[in-house]
Amino acid sequence: MIKTSIARKIAMALSGLFLILFLGQHFTINITSVFSEKIFNMLSHFMGNNPLVQFVLQPILIFGVVFHFVMGFVLDIKNRKSRSEKYISFKGSANASWVSRNMIFSGIVVLSFLGLHFYDFWVPEMNYKYVEFLPQNPDRYFSELVHKFHSPIRVLIYCLSFIFLGLHLFHGFSSSFQSVGFNNKYTKGIRWLTVSFSIVIPIGFIFIAMFHHLNG
Amino acid sequence: MSKLQSKVPEGPLAEKWTNHKSKINLVSPANKRSIDIIVVGTGLAGASASATLAELGYNVKTFCFQDSPRRAHSIAAQGGINAAKNYQGDGDSTYRLFYDTIKGGDYRSREANVYRLAEVSTNIIDQCVAQGVPFARDYGGLLDNRSFGGVLVSRTFYAKGQTGQQLLLGAYSAMNRQIARGKIKMYNRHEMMDLVVVNGKARGIISRNLVNGEIERHSAHAVVIASGGYGNVFFLSTNAMGSNVSASWKIHKRGAHFCNPCYTQIHPTCIPVSGEHQSKLTLMSESLRNDGRIWVPKRLEDVKAIRSGELKPTDLNENERDYYLERRYPAFGNLVPRDVASRAAKERCDAGFGVNKTGEAVYLDFADAITRYGKEQALVKGQDENDPLLVKKLGQEVVRAKYGNLFQMYEKIVDQNPYETPMMIYPAVHYTMGGVWVDYNLMTSIPGCYAIGEANFSDHGANRLGASALMQGLADGYFVLPYTIGDYLSDDIRTGPISTDTPEFESAEKEVINRIDSFINNKGKNSVDFYHKKLGKIMWDKCGMSRNTKGLKEAMIEIKELREDFYKNVSVPGSSKEFNEQLAKAGRVADFLELGELFAKDALERTESCGGHFREESQTPEGEALRDDKNFSFSSAWEYNGEPSKAKLHKEQLKFEAIEVKTRSYK
Amino acid sequence: MDLTLKIWRQASVDEDGKMVDYSISDVSPDMSFLEMMDMHNEQLINKGEDPVAFDHDCREGICGMCSMFINGEAHGPDRLVTTCQLHMRKFKDGDTIVIEPFRANAFPVIKDLAVDRSAFDRIQQAGGFVSVNTSGNTQDANAIPIDKHNADKAFDAATCIGCGACVASCKNASAMLFVSAKVSQYALLPQGKVEATDRVLNMVKQMDEEGFGNCTNTGACEVECPKGISLENIARMNSEYLYASLKG
Repeated sequence: MIKTSIARKIAMALSGLFLILFLGQHFTINITSVFSEKIFNMLSHFMGNNPLVQFVLQPILIFGVVFHFVMGFVLDIKNRKSRSEKYISFKGSANASWVSRNMIFSGIVVLSFLGLHFYDFWVPEMNYKYVEFLPQNPDRYFSELVHKFHSPIRVLIYCLSFIFLGLHLFHGFSSSFQSVGFNNKYTKGIRWLTVSFSIVIPIGFIFIAMFHHLNG
Repeated sequence: MSKLQSKVPEGPLAEKWTNHKSKINLVSPANKRSIDIIVVGTGLAGASASATLAELGYNVKTFCFQDSPRRAHSIAAQGGINAAKNYQGDGDSTYRLFYDTIKGGDYRSREANVYRLAEVSTNIIDQCVAQGVPFARDYGGLLDNRSFGGVLVSRTFYAKGQTGQQLLLGAYSAMNRQIARGKIKMYNRHEMMDLVVVNGKARGIISRNLVNGEIERHSAHAVVIASGGYGNVFFLSTNAMGSNVSASWKIHKRGAHFCNPCYTQIHPTCIPVSGEHQSKLTLMSESLRNDGRIWVPKRLEDVKAIRSGELKPTDLNENERDYYLERRYPAFGNLVPRDVASRAAKERCDAGFGVNKTGEAVYLDFADAITRYGKEQALVKGQDENDPLLVKKLGQEVVRAKYGNLFQMYEKIVDQNPYETPMMIYPAVHYTMGGVWVDYNLMTSIPGCYAIGEANFSDHGANRLGASALMQGLADGYFVLPYTIGDYLSDDIRTGPISTDTPEFESAEKEVINRIDSFINNKGKNSVDFYHKKLGKIMWDKCGMSRNTKGLKEAMIEIKELREDFYKNVSVPGSSKEFNEQLAKAGRVADFLELGELFAKDALERTESCGGHFREESQTPEGEALRDDKNFSFSSAWEYNGEPSKAKLHKEQLKFEAIEVKTRSYK
Repeated sequence: MDLTLKIWRQASVDEDGKMVDYSISDVSPDMSFLEMMDMHNEQLINKGEDPVAFDHDCREGICGMCSMFINGEAHGPDRLVTTCQLHMRKFKDGDTIVIEPFRANAFPVIKDLAVDRSAFDRIQQAGGFVSVNTSGNTQDANAIPIDKHNADKAFDAATCIGCGACVASCKNASAMLFVSAKVSQYALLPQGKVEATDRVLNMVKQMDEEGFGNCTNTGACEVECPKGISLENIARMNSEYLYASLKG
C-alpha cells in the first residue's frame, strides 16, 4: 500500500513522530529515578503489567520501531541507486547540514544501541515475566536500573548513543512536520522545539546514566 | 504586376475578422483526425498553435531544437503583454490599441492585421488566467497593469519581470495536455533542415535529430513556421544563443517571400558590451523606464572624469546632468518608443558623452524614484518623510518589489549595486519586425506553409511597441491560425496520408546530407563563431542604428565575400552522426550570411527613414526620422532568385482606411 | 586569470566517460562562466580537438538549459544564479575548477556536460496543466478575484525554470522541488484547484517511475535553486498528496 515516494516519506515522518512521543514518555519515567525510587518503581510496574500497555501499546511500538528502520534502509538503498554514477566532486556541506545528510548513520548508531538496550532490559524483562513466570515484585525495577549502570563502558556507550540520537532528532523532528505538509508561520516554533528537544532529552538520559553510575 | 495577394477581407475594419471567420471553410471534426500539421518552434506562437490545433483534432507534430519546448526564447520576455481590457478605466479601447500599434510602427504595417490583433488581445488575458498564469494582482484580487513606451494608458499585464516565462509555461502546459492525449507528437532536440514542397504545396520537412545526427523525413498537410526572429544576424543581440533564421530562410529559398528584413528593433535598455569575449547581450526591461530617468553628464570634462574613475555619477548634481529624453521629448519623456530612445542614446554617445570605458553607455537612474516612493511610504506609515536615510530605505523596498529580479540580474552581470549607483545601459538588437511575408490568413507565398509570431512580418510595421510581441505570438497561435488554417485544409480532406517516399522528399533529403557533409569535410582553419562575429560586426557597423548608402553598399559586398570565405575556410570538428553543436551552428550561420546580404539590400532600397530603419539621408533638421509616404508606403516582399543580391522585389501597397497617416511625434 | 579545468568528457550515453585536465589562460573576470567555456572551446577547435558539449541557450538565467555542476555545486559557488550568470570574478587566478554534468539516473548524459532532462517534460505531461480548452471561450479574467498572497505565492512557485539543479544537488537525486513547484502553483489558484487531486497523484506517480530518489528534507535543493524556490512548496505537495490519497 505504501508504495509511492511521498506515501513512504509521510509514513517515515509519522512513525518518527510516534517514536518521539514514546521517547518523551520514556524519559519522563526514567527521570523520576533520580529523585524518587518509589515513584520510579510504581510507574515501571504499571508499564510492565498493565495489559493495555503490554498487549496493545507495546506491539504498536515494536512495529513502529521496526517499520521506521526497515523503511529507512529501503529508502536509503533506493536513494543511493538514483545516482549510480557518482560525482567526482560533491560539496554537500555547501547547502545542507551534516545531520540532515547522515540520518542513516545516526540512525544505525541508534539502532545498534536499541539492540543493546533490548538485551539489557527488554529481553530479561520478557524472560522474567513470560518465560520463567517469576512472581511479581513491584520493587525490583530501580535496583535493576542501578545495577546496569555499574559498568563504565556501558555508560560510555550509552552516552555516545544518546549524542547520536540527539543528532538524529535534530533533523528528524522538524523534518517530520515538513514531510506531513506542515510548513507555515509556526515552522520557526517547531524548529525551536526541535532544537530544545534534541538537546534536552539526550542530555537528560545521559544525566540519568551518569547519576546512577556515580551514585550506585 | 505584383503576385502578392494579401487577402484582406472586404467590409468595415471593425467587422473584417468576425465576417471572415464566419465565411471561411471549415474542416469537420472527423476529417481533422486524418490531417497532419507540422509546427516548427515552440515559443509563444508555436506552442499555442500546437496546443490549439491538437485540441481541434488535427494530428500535430511539433519540433524544437532545445531540449524541451519550455525553453524557447519567448521565455525571456520580461515586461508584459498588452491587452485593451481597460480595467484601469483610463480610456483604453480596441481602437486605441490598434491606433497606438499602427503609429508606433510608423505606419508601415497592414491595417487589418493590426486591428484583428487589438481585437483578440482581450481574449488572450482571459485564456491565460484560465490556464493558471499567475499575473500580478492588487490587494483586491484583481489584475494589475503597468505602462509601457509609446502609449498614454496602462494596458500592460505582467508577472513581475517574468511575463514571457509565465505565458510560455501556460502555453507549454496546454501543449503537455495534448501530448499526454497523444494529439501532439513532440520532437525535442530536432532541427528543421528544409521544407519539402510537392506540386507547389508545402507537404513536409526534413529534420535532423541533434542528439544522434539522424536525418528524418516528416510529412504533413500543412507546415507552420514559428521559429522566431533573426536578431542573431548581428551576433550580439538579446536573443538566445540558438535563435536562428534557418527555418524561415529555408522556406524563403523554397519560394516564400521574405519581407522588410531591414526592420530591426534596437532596444534602448540593455547592459552594455563589456569586452571582446561577450557572447550575448542582456535586456533590462522597458518597464524600468516607468521609474528610471535616463541621462548623461552635460560637460565633456565630467564624462572624462567618470570614465577614468575620478568622478562618480552620484557626485553630479541636477544641473550638471542632461536628461536628454526629457529635454527632447517633453510629452513622453523617458517613455518614448524604443527606436526613438535608442537613437537618442546613440546621438549622445556619438557626441562623446558615453559614460563607460568604451564610450557606449548612458545612465538609467532610479534615485528620484526611490526618493519619491520612499516619501510616499513614509507618509503612509506615519514616519518622518524628511529623514533621508529612512526615505531611501523605504523607497528601495518599493523598487525592489517592482523590479527586484532585474536589479539582481544587473548586479550579477555588472558587479555594481543599482540601488546605490545608476545603471549603465546601451541599445542592443532585440527584435526583428521583418520576416516571412504572410497574407491575412498568415499563409506565406507557398500554399500550405504558414508563418506565425516573430517569424512573420505582419503586425508591427517598422517598429514594435513594448509588450506587443507576446500579444502577437499568442494571438497568432491561439486565435488566428487555428481558424484560418481550416480554410486551406478543407481542400485536403480527401488527400489521405502523405507519403515520404517521393522524389521530392528524396531530393530534399539528399541536399541536406550533402550540405552537412560539405561542412564536416571542409577542414578549414576558422571556427564558425569566427565568421559569425565578423558578420555581426559588419551588420552592427553598417546596418545598425543608422544606415547610409555607402555603408549599405559596402556591407553587401563584404557579406558576400565573407560568405565565400566561410564556405572555403570554415572548420567544423567531429562527425555528422553525433551531438555536434558546431555543425548545427555552421548551418545557422551559413543562413545568416545570406540573410545579412538581403537585409542590407532591403535597407539600401528603402531610402526613407521609418521606425527602426534610420537612413541618415532622410532626417529632419532636428535629427528625427523622416518618412517618405509618397514613395515608400509599401511592404517589401523579396522573392528568392538564386542569390540574395538578385532577390526580386514585390511591393504590397499599404492602404489606411480607418486611420489618418501623420508624422509620428512624441514631443 | 590562469585556470586549470577538470572537465567530464563522455562521447555518448553508451560510452564511459572520464575527467580530462585542461589549462586556460587570459580569462577575464568579467566573463560569464559560459563565455569562458566558449573561449576554451574555440581553443580546442583551433587545435583540432573536439570541443566540450554543453547545453545553453538564453544566457540570461531564464531558459533553464545550462546545467553544469561546478566545484561540487549545481551552477557553481554563487547563489541564485544559473551557470550562464555565474561570472569568473567568483574565481581566483590559479584556481582548479571541476566541471561535471548534472548527475542522476533520471538524467542520462547525452555528451560531455549535456544531459537529457526529458523526465521533467513527462512529469508535466502527467498533469502539470489546467484542463481548459484554448479556444478563447473563457470567462473574463477578472471574474474570479484571487487573494494577492496566494497569487504571489503561486507566482513564486511558477518561476521555476526546470533546470534540474534541485535534482543535481540532492544527495538522493530527488525531483521533489521541481514537481512541488508546479503542484503548488496550481493548488494555490482557483483555476487549478478543480483537478488538484488527480494532478498530484499522477505527477508523483510519474516522478517515481522516472527513477528519481526520495526527499529527505536536507534542503540542498532550495539553497542551490537559481530561482530560490521554497521548501514550503514541497510541504504543500506533501499535504496535497496526503489529502488526495485519503480522498481517493
